[in-house]
Amino acid sequence: MIRSTCVVGAGAIGSLYAAHLARVGESLVLTRRPQHAAALNAEGLRVSGRHDFEARVTAAADPSDLREPDVVIIATKATGLEPAAAALAGRWPGAMVVTVQNGLGAEEIVRRHGAWQLVSGVTFMSGTKHSDTHVEYILDTPTWLGPWSGTPFERVQEIAALLVESGLQAEALPDLRPAQWSKLIFNASVNTVAALTGLPHDGHFAAEGRDADLGRLVRGLMDEGKRVAAAAGVELHDDPWEMNVLATKRGSAHYPSMLEDVQARRPTEIDLITGALVREAELHGVDAPLHTALYGLVKAREKSYSP
Amino acid sequence: MRVCIVGCGAVGSLFAANLAQLGDVEVWAYDLAREHVDAINLDGLRLSGAGDVVGRVRATSDAAELPTCDFGIVATKAMHTESAIRETAHAFTAGSVATVQNGIGNEEAIAQHVDRVIRGTTFPAGKVLAPGHVQWDVKGDTTLGPFEPKPAPHEEVERLADACTRAGLPTQAVPDARGPQWRKVIFNAATNPIGALTGLTHGRVCEDPALRRLVTGLVDEGKAVVAAQGIELDADPEELIDHAAKPELAYDHKASMLQDVEARRQTEIDYLNGGIVRFGAEHGVPTPLNAAIWALVRGLEESWTL
Repeated sequence: MIRSTCVVGAGAIGSLYAAHLARVGESLVLTRRPQHAAALNAEGLRVSGRHDFEARVTAAADPSDLREPDVVIIATKATGLEPAAAALAGRWPGAMVVTVQNGLGAEEIVRRHGAWQLVSGVTFMSGTKHSDTHVEYILDTPTWLGPWSGTPFERVQEIAALLVESGLQAEALPDLRPAQWSKLIFNASVNTVAALTGLPHDGHFAAEGRDADLGRLVRGLMDEGKRVAAAAGVELHDDPWEMNVLATKRGSAHYPSMLEDVQARRPTEIDLITGALVREAELHGVDAPLHTALYGLVKAREKSYSP
Repeated sequence: MRVCIVGCGAVGSLFAANLAQLGDVEVWAYDLAREHVDAINLDGLRLSGAGDVVGRVRATSDAAELPTCDFGIVATKAMHTESAIRETAHAFTAGSVATVQNGIGNEEAIAQHVDRVIRGTTFPAGKVLAPGHVQWDVKGDTTLGPFEPKPAPHEEVERLADACTRAGLPTQAVPDARGPQWRKVIFNAATNPIGALTGLTHGRVCEDPALRRLVTGLVDEGKAVVAAQGIELDADPEELIDHAAKPELAYDHKASMLQDVEARRQTEIDYLNGGIVRFGAEHGVPTPLNAAIWALVRGLEESWTL
């Protein structure tokens, strides 16, 4: 029985989890900034868009100000994962910890800081944060959860059921890797190209008619990613190219966070996304020249922030 | 002898102003930038930096004003070659036309309108400071040779090379100018877009091991395309790339393509990496990395239109 949850990192995704979970139990929020926690405690959390409601949450910037929850969902960006996990070290030994970061390897990073039961997650939902206490729910696509390193599947199903009860889309899968890798290949191909070109995820990414059309590169990246997945013994849940085409047909073009990161000259999630794919390629002896090239380019772009 | 510079930007101006120093050469310049043309006609064309000269040049934006010329030197950005030569071709019915542009494919475009074509590669560089005034940044050699499908006679190539050399722009006439041309194309295609996509100077690109490997990957594809055509490079682009990265040389140089991207100007990517991909396809040589870079820079250009 899950009575309380704590969402770590109240960006758009974290805010969506926290607000919805407040409808089915005690919803705690661990923020990075004390002012953010204070605003959430004072004003609650407003959801607009696909759902419309106000939620009461209990927030803090210091985990010692929060009671131990049954489930922790770490919803920081990949770049904020390490400090978030470090802040939980030595605490809340009975909690299950869910990671929903993009890419691969979030579970290992969390594991280095504690022996919690871990649940792997990928989420396709999206939102826009309008303020510290207001998030717009944009895409009600699901969160998929799977056991990691021996966590019983029943526990994963409980968390998925709780998310569904809270009004979000969620599903428990006995093996998350097929879904995780589908999204990994999608992100490694789309987010990097968006970051380097400045283009949001629009029709350019599916155009293949002429020589220099970007869709040809995106397809090449995805084919390379699929070869790495095959070598790693992962059968993909969805075809990344179909995900790509479908996403570009939505009304408004999505700005991948990696594009927003380079525009704001922030570190990107490249290491857990393309970096992870390139490491897997090396591990399994597969050539991945295109992903290797884009990894180098985005890392170099980060370097260009400082003279 | 009468020479018309077609496209009198930085590189065109270096040729125009220097050639105008010669008593036996009459220099015309065709350029669409009115202010630049007016300034040249009023006060002459001034170079400063690596050399300080003022050349008396007849400039015009109206191709109909051009007299019959012995030589044309096309120095537009590569994407403007076709329209520039189409407009001016009537001046070269009895003459030969050389290109000193970047990239691959300029000779082919010129040959659609002119019968005697000279393949060329030049290394001097500069930038336009103000109308009628160009900064001459680097001196360097120029190589000219016949364009094989529609060649200018060797004596004509030598005559133009001799005039350039006497004007202070050391120029060699060679039977096969493809080696120097591809050497420069491979150099530019392997380094300029990397600077443009990352924002890093040439030196910082070269000292980043992952980027340096990518540069080598791009160079290797270019070399394979060159080898498939039976062309011999006159120098190894790898060595030139590392040489240019030295602190006293071009370490801090922002590639012209990076300058283009920062100013949101269309780049010459179609004639660099795009040229390597096209010639690779013709000769059955795969060029996936150059194709990737081509698509990325094209995507970047597209993003400015959103």
